[in-house]
Amino acid sequence: MEAYLDNSATTRCYEEVRDIVVKTMMEDYGNPSAMHLKGVEAEKYVKDAAKKIAATLKVQEKEIYFTSGGTEGDNWALMGTALAKQRQGKHIITTVFEHAAVSAPMAWLEEQGFEITRIPVDEEGNLSLETLKEALREDTILVSAMFVNNEVGAVLPVEEIGKIIKEKNPGTLYHVDAIQAYGKYRIYPKRMGIDLLSVSGHKIHGPKGTGFLYISDKAKIRPLILGGRQQNGMRSGTDNVPGIAGLGTAAEKIYKNLDSNTEHMKTLKLYFAEELGKIENVKINGPKPENGAPHILNVSFLGVRSEVLLHALEDMGIYVSAGSACSSHKRSGSPSLTALGLSVERKESAVRFSFSEFTVREELDYTLEALKKVLPMLRRYARK
Amino acid sequence: MYKAFLIKYAEIAIKGKNRYIFEDALVDQIKYQLRNVEGSFKIVKEMGRIFIYAQSEFDYEETVEALKRVFGIYGICPAIVLEDEGFEALSKEVAEYVKKVYGDRNLTFKVNTRRNKKSYPMQSMEVSSALGGVILDACPNMKVDVHHPDVFINVEIRNKIYLYSENIPGPGGMPLGTNGSAMLLLSGGIDSPVAGYMIAKRGVKIDAVYFHAPPYTSERAKQKVVDLAKLVARYSGPIRLHVVNFTDIQLYIYDKCPHEELTIIMRRYMMKIAEQFARADGCMALVTGESIGQVASQTIHSLAATNEVCTMPVFRPVIGFDKQEIVDVATKINTYETSILPYEDCCTIFVAKHPVTKPNIEIIKRSEEKLQDKIDEMVKEAVETAETIICE
Repeated sequence: MEAYLDNSATTRCYEEVRDIVVKTMMEDYGNPSAMHLKGVEAEKYVKDAAKKIAATLKVQEKEIYFTSGGTEGDNWALMGTALAKQRQGKHIITTVFEHAAVSAPMAWLEEQGFEITRIPVDEEGNLSLETLKEALREDTILVSAMFVNNEVGAVLPVEEIGKIIKEKNPGTLYHVDAIQAYGKYRIYPKRMGIDLLSVSGHKIHGPKGTGFLYISDKAKIRPLILGGRQQNGMRSGTDNVPGIAGLGTAAEKIYKNLDSNTEHMKTLKLYFAEELGKIENVKINGPKPENGAPHILNVSFLGVRSEVLLHALEDMGIYVSAGSACSSHKRSGSPSLTALGLSVERKESAVRFSFSEFTVREELDYTLEALKKVLPMLRRYARK
Repeated sequence: MYKAFLIKYAEIAIKGKNRYIFEDALVDQIKYQLRNVEGSFKIVKEMGRIFIYAQSEFDYEETVEALKRVFGIYGICPAIVLEDEGFEALSKEVAEYVKKVYGDRNLTFKVNTRRNKKSYPMQSMEVSSALGGVILDACPNMKVDVHHPDVFINVEIRNKIYLYSENIPGPGGMPLGTNGSAMLLLSGGIDSPVAGYMIAKRGVKIDAVYFHAPPYTSERAKQKVVDLAKLVARYSGPIRLHVVNFTDIQLYIYDKCPHEELTIIMRRYMMKIAEQFARADGCMALVTGESIGQVASQTIHSLAATNEVCTMPVFRPVIGFDKQEIVDVATKINTYETSILPYEDCCTIFVAKHPVTKPNIEIIKRSEEKLQDKIDEMVKEAVETAETIICE
């Protein structure tokens, strides 16, 4: 049996996605910028995808810009805003437990002379809204916060954050990294005060190398990729038609059955968390299972290094991800888990299970059996 | 510009009656390294040297890089091949060649002429001095120095005329396959690939053993070792890599023996297993990347304790190297970047905080007695279930 429990890393494509990708590669393979019929046909797929995505967010089609994925969207949102607004101020606010696609460009901006304030979180991943309020200043040009933390599934109060920002300083742009949230939550940027929203395709059963950045028509940011002026000059490069078509199809499908799918994942997650609780020395990291995102559960199996457990499970066809890859030489641990203030022992034994609508209870039962089998052996041979 | 290479070799020249064996091996290795290079080549042994003639258009850089990986080559001299169209034509070519290669640099030079074609109208000395004048005219910054010149301009007059001056250093050593074979204990670290390279450089064919400990070491760690073996194989030719599943043996030792002796006892069993593969592959020695004092298991006491189980000679070519010296070689042979990828190897997973640094062989042997029940069977199984991967 195989149990794929690493859906926050990537997901299997929908069959409909595969079909449209193949079709746009083999039949309607024109360049959408071309003037002839073949180009016009291809362009339809791009427009159609924008329309489907815009509908899920209740925004305008022209506010959707296709990217190569979540990392590009995050980089573009941060750097594009910094470049466009540096005359108004050089202060940016973010959180301590962002994905590297946000934290790395933030560090780069810091080197370029921007001032970055990182708002702390508590052990369950709750952001201190008071600290955020105090940190906001007149020269704050951007606030960037993730919707769902990719490692522990903590959910930030995105709407409240939006309100706080816009009350204090309406000119401050608000970026939300929704890579783990899109397709799990209904996200309405206009209502939530979100100006920029980045999404990745392969986390929602779409193709890898695809994604989009929503840019509110009121927000002005600079393009980073210059060239043939595709996408209104905001993101040059020939449109990745198969990828875009696949992304649009995935977005439409995942929102069609959103409620039943998230309910399914949440039920599985709560069941899994409860069963894990019966095994000794197991700690759930981050938010309480009922509070976190429906598809992510981060667990420490004390006394077993996560990497070793990962390989032991892999041997039985169970795929999970380790909270941190650490070797005997470099014991660093993941920045997210460090931000939650977890002990070294907990960080080193943290494993992330992540689910999708395709996950079934049998996979979880199989995994629970496997854990009960390997844990005693692995705990016995711990490093002394 | 260049159409041929003259290959210089050092130690082979002194090998007396066996010399042809070494030369033939060198020709074979040159052919092997040039197999994927763009262009076709003819390799000829003549008059105590090896010539490589390009038979078609070829990629010069790629050819030189390939030749730099042939052990036994001491120098690679790219040569120009000219038809004999009289001395005046030769002078023009020589002047142009020297200008192209050395430009207006301030260098001293000497012209060396060898006249194998005795029907050539001028004698060697005459050719040299006349061409010296030609070069002085063409390159005003160059001066003659017949005792210690910066560069030699070599002219060989045969049926055609060969002109060469540059000498690109080769790796040295001896041609592969002229010195038997040895079994390398390859880990994912920096030292063992370097050790393998150094022994291969002496003409020894290399095979390798890697000890894999799933789930404590990952599939990626194994892939890393395969990648390292492939990098060494660029020099040494194909390596048969035996991947041994060592987990059970390791856990058994962990269960039965004092923890601080784990690494030493483990290494003794690795040596024993490696010897079994060595014998099966017809190897006559083991090779390790050990260096005195580098870690607890490499103190002179630990080395002695490890060595005690071996019946074959164990070659440790980096034994006297400092870490930086090993890193320098690893960088040169392009294994360093792969070696430092952060995957755990089986030597570190259960390592004690304070392992013994001065193991007493008698005490170690007494600890090993506790393994008697199952260890022979486990070793047998580890050898039998090993996976063999050809890395090239």
